[in-house]
Amino acid sequence: MRINLSKRKIKDPFVAKVEELSGQNLLACYQCGKCSAGCPAVSNMDILPNQIIRYAQLGFKDELLQSKSIWICASCFTCNARCPKGINIAEVIEAIREILLRKREDHIKVNKLSDAEKGDVPPIAIISSLRKFTS
Amino acid sequence: MKISYYPGCTLKNNAKNFEDSTLCSLKRLEVETEELDRWNCCGTVFSLATDDLIHHVAPIRNLIRVKETNNNDVMTLCAMCFNTLKRANERVKSDPESLDKINEFMYREDVKYEGDVKVLHLLELLRDEIKFENIAKKIVKPLKNLKIANYYGCLLVRPKEIGLDDVENPTVLENLMTVLGADAVDFPYKTECCASYQTVDKPENVADRTYHILTSAQSQGAELVSVSCPLCAFNLDHRQKETVKKYPEFKNIPILYFTQLMALALGCPEKDLRLDLHYINPKPVLREKGLL
Repeated sequence: MRINLSKRKIKDPFVAKVEELSGQNLLACYQCGKCSAGCPAVSNMDILPNQIIRYAQLGFKDELLQSKSIWICASCFTCNARCPKGINIAEVIEAIREILLRKREDHIKVNKLSDAEKGDVPPIAIISSLRKFTS
Repeated sequence: MKISYYPGCTLKNNAKNFEDSTLCSLKRLEVETEELDRWNCCGTVFSLATDDLIHHVAPIRNLIRVKETNNNDVMTLCAMCFNTLKRANERVKSDPESLDKINEFMYREDVKYEGDVKVLHLLELLRDEIKFENIAKKIVKPLKNLKIANYYGCLLVRPKEIGLDDVENPTVLENLMTVLGADAVDFPYKTECCASYQTVDKPENVADRTYHILTSAQSQGAELVSVSCPLCAFNLDHRQKETVKKYPEFKNIPILYFTQLMALALGCPEKDLRLDLHYINPKPVLREKGLL
């Protein structure tokens, strides 16, 4: 994969917004990969948690906003618990989700959920899904 | 002992077995519970975005309900409620400006919240207040020869400052099961996420996790798995249907709330266990052990 770095991308307001919403210092990450090693969801992700942080540092806004991974992370906080630099990776991923949700770009449509999907799932599942996937 | 109780939405329907078995157990342990008046949904997930105060209103409003009872402690059962209430509480305690804003938003409440409620999970109440040695004295039916793997999931133990036990290797459930007379088996997936709310739009991902978590427990000899969160319970129990479809060699295993096992050991009647609410029937293994 070809990757182009640029000052323009790195200075994109997107990077500052991610830092602001997550309350995290992205540059604290030294890419040890422990977050991805412990993440139970990596097999369903297209960009791994450590790569999410690297992409965010470098302002790879489009790649992050279009990634599957931000909707796969269920905020289990295993990465946060294991990061040797104390970065809350789950908060960074939430910040990226929030940037889309605040533009009303919902990930799921409530009225499109089938009866089978709603079915017998407990209320906490529906509510948390809507909290994480809709604005 | 008397304590305020916050049930949360799922304890009143899908997880009625969790609630009924808890209330019966606590009665046997001579603890009086008082359900909060006018409790509302906690929001289920703690809002992680730094500026998102509005989603802390719901959990804090519940803590105001606790203050209205003149109690300072509130007990929860659901791991999601526990995490959300406790984390929102810690958030406003460490940030008086947010607390002021939230109080201003709820200006019609008679009580102003001051960050002085303590949020407890039932496991903390059992371990730290009632104490396991006192539970041991009340056991009428020890869970002999029953091999139980204990699954914590995420929100009872993470993040570290909220968790009720060690963040990587919690043992409170194993210790409780040992007190109840069971053989607690250790397994490496006990704090692995079950994929949580993705059960709504991606049940196939949940099936993968259920497969890995439960086969790991089975490889250690577990005959059933105890849980403490209604969403984990649903994913590990009901999603076994999808798990078998994806992994035909998978063998079903019953999932019970730790409180159902405790209620059984404390001699609660079968009606309080609500064993009818399970997808995988736990009765055969319990009968085999002479517990039903």
